[in-house]
Amino acid sequence: MTFNLFVLPFSLGFIFLFFTMIMKNRSWIHEMDVEDKRKFKSGLRSPRIFFALREIFFESLLHRKMFRRNPMLGYMHMSFAFGWFLLILFGNMESRIYSGFWINPPYYPIFLKFFIHDKHVLPFEIFTVPGFFRFSMDLLLLFVLSGLFLAILKRSRSHWFGLKKTSQLQFSDKVTMTCLWLIFPLRLLAESFTAGAYGYGGGFITQHLGNVLAFLWPLNDKDVAYACWWMYSLSLGIFFVMLPYSRYMHIPTELILIFYRNFGIQTRKGSGFFSEIELLSCSRCGVCIDVCQLNTAAGIQDIQAVYFLQSIRHKQVMNNIVNRCLVCGRCQEVCPVGIHTDYQRLFHREVFRKSQAQDFSFLNGESTRKAEVIYFAGCMSHLTPTIPEAMQQILDTAKIDYLYLDKDHTVCCGRPLMLAGKPVQAEMLIAQNKKTILDSEAVLLVTSCPICYRVFREDYKLDIRILHHTQYLLELIKKGKIPLQAYFRKVAYHDPCDLGRGSGVYNDPRELLLKIADPVKVRNEGKDSLCCGGSLGLINAGTEEKDRITKEALENYLEAKPEILLTACPLCKKTFAKHSPVEVMDVAELVMEAIPKKAGEVMSC
Amino acid sequence: MKSFGYNITEDRQIDFDANDRNVTVFINEIEPSILLCMGCGSCTATCTTGHFTDFNIRKIHTLIQRGELKHLKKEIMKCMLCGKCQLVCPRGVNLRNLILSIHTALEKSGL
Ligand code: SF4
Ligand code: SF4
Ligand code: SF4
Ligand code: SF4
Repeated sequence: MTFNLFVLPFSLGFIFLFFTMIMKNRSWIHEMDVEDKRKFKSGLRSPRIFFALREIFFESLLHRKMFRRNPMLGYMHMSFAFGWFLLILFGNMESRIYSGFWINPPYYPIFLKFFIHDKHVLPFEIFTVPGFFRFSMDLLLLFVLSGLFLAILKRSRSHWFGLKKTSQLQFSDKVTMTCLWLIFPLRLLAESFTAGAYGYGGGFITQHLGNVLAFLWPLNDKDVAYACWWMYSLSLGIFFVMLPYSRYMHIPTELILIFYRNFGIQTRKGSGFFSEIELLSCSRCGVCIDVCQLNTAAGIQDIQAVYFLQSIRHKQVMNNIVNRCLVCGRCQEVCPVGIHTDYQRLFHREVFRKSQAQDFSFLNGESTRKAEVIYFAGCMSHLTPTIPEAMQQILDTAKIDYLYLDKDHTVCCGRPLMLAGKPVQAEMLIAQNKKTILDSEAVLLVTSCPICYRVFREDYKLDIRILHHTQYLLELIKKGKIPLQAYFRKVAYHDPCDLGRGSGVYNDPRELLLKIADPVKVRNEGKDSLCCGGSLGLINAGTEEKDRITKEALENYLEAKPEILLTACPLCKKTFAKHSPVEVMDVAELVMEAIPKKAGEVMSC
Repeated sequence: MKSFGYNITEDRQIDFDANDRNVTVFINEIEPSILLCMGCGSCTATCTTGHFTDFNIRKIHTLIQRGELKHLKKEIMKCMLCGKCQLVCPRGVNLRNLILSIHTALEKSGL
């Protein structure tokens, strides 16, 4: 007998899920542009498919990144994913040996213990361990159940998992989660009651538990077992049907995401099928909640990546959720799935602002003189005039023939408009600046502002070298063009968001610092550094909230008791200076200070 | 007629009864920090756009408070949203969001 009515809920649910995923994936492929389609097709025939499988093994099954974050959290996710995977794998092998066919109905391995009650040793097991499958299936079930225990614990004791706050659930999530949590205990009960009723056929847990239950239970065990099989099948079926409408959609979608990413398909600015895949891949693990400074410092708890993505999914994107975000990239950095929430956030800002026109016709490109090196201070640097001043003096000392492009007045680089959701409108400013830059026929563009630096590199499509001043100064020092007599003062270095996480420049400023200062180690640095709170990405938050973010970041640096708080961004400098008890300086100013007075005398005015 | 080099100046009387303050109410609700403004003009003094034109951000929010919306749209389109004004404001007015909410208000009211 290999069929019973109770397999239907599971089977129908499974078929439903299977076809839903096929249809979804078909529509994603349909939405791809020519370039992505080419990548997809060539990816399918390349070894990249193995890289994807490798990544799936390490990230979707073993949850390596999650482990690194917190072993308990990692174990919980791993026991569910990897344990379930092994259960399926072993169950399939076992059922095939029993049935003698290579092809089984999908429900057969799942409900094997209902159909087969065997105490014999399988032919295969004679060569290995008698009762190998019975033993391993029980062990794996225990493995999954241990994860379930932790998952229940996480709901009330999230701090044990390194999470200060766990994500809030929607109704559909609650139903699906309940089904998921019921699946494995029901399986345990069903198998135990069956083993108990027959007196054999179970493994080391199910048999013993079954015997005890058979002893204690007054009713007919086979009937109870049958009821348990029904409930087990029902919980599986409902779970599968609900899955596409709940957060568990991330399980199948993440697999697709990993394949596509390995094929070279990437997030672009703007929305599209890939954004939807990313969105659905969010497991709502909640890792992004704890790193967000709006949560930790300002007590704003409804805008974090997980809630933002959820609001897109439920088509309830609200002004407040989209616009209250520093776009600091901290959540993106720690997301185990690798979701580019920054792009998604900016795209949704664009939706709000699309039709709001700008007019920059008053800019009518002035002509510039030609120079090999051009220096662009940026709007913000004009608010901290000591930075461009230091740069000018250093460049003069190094005898560089440069042109200070925005000495009299700056045309904004365009990134602030982009951050506000106006990338199209920003194009006008970009075109304007680009024209001036190209007119100068420069081969090197140096800027003091990480915001400008990022947009120059990402959106200007310039064919010349672009350096942030920390990089350029390091280069000049290495070439011996700047005489140095450093004081080696104790400094704490703050990575500006757009320079560090935004552009990946972490080492150059540090290498430079080692030559002129004594940098101290701080708690959050590098990829983990905090935002100063001044970010232009944060559209609607009050001064008080911003101040709290600044103070939180300051605390991080002051812990190390530096003499100077050093940064490489005029906006960070200005923001920190408002609250800092220690001196706040830009790297350029420190370099300026390290130039021996004698050499500096000529310029001191 | 003989020109003496003089013009008839536009009437500068502010008629609060005739002015439409709906937009003002809307904006003040989205960005209440504007009510903290003391009219010092620091924002205008530092304004990036102000270096190129006579665009005057302080004047703009003064006009809004009065409900004078006549040239608003044309003016507000010139702001680059660079954020300098906001950084120098001694009263902590969130000027970038103010400008964005003016855009929204004008869009909503069809002006
Ligand atoms: S966005 Fe990433 S970190 Fe945040 S809940 Fe989703 S998967 Fe986890
Ligand atoms: S980008 Fe920064 S501010 Fe925005 S949600 Fe992520 S961590 Fe929070
Ligand atoms: S954000 Fe607009 S109003 Fe403010 S300084 Fe920049 S250009 Fe001027
Ligand atoms: S700087 Fe601030 S207080 Fe001064 S006029 Fe502008 S908005 Fe008002």
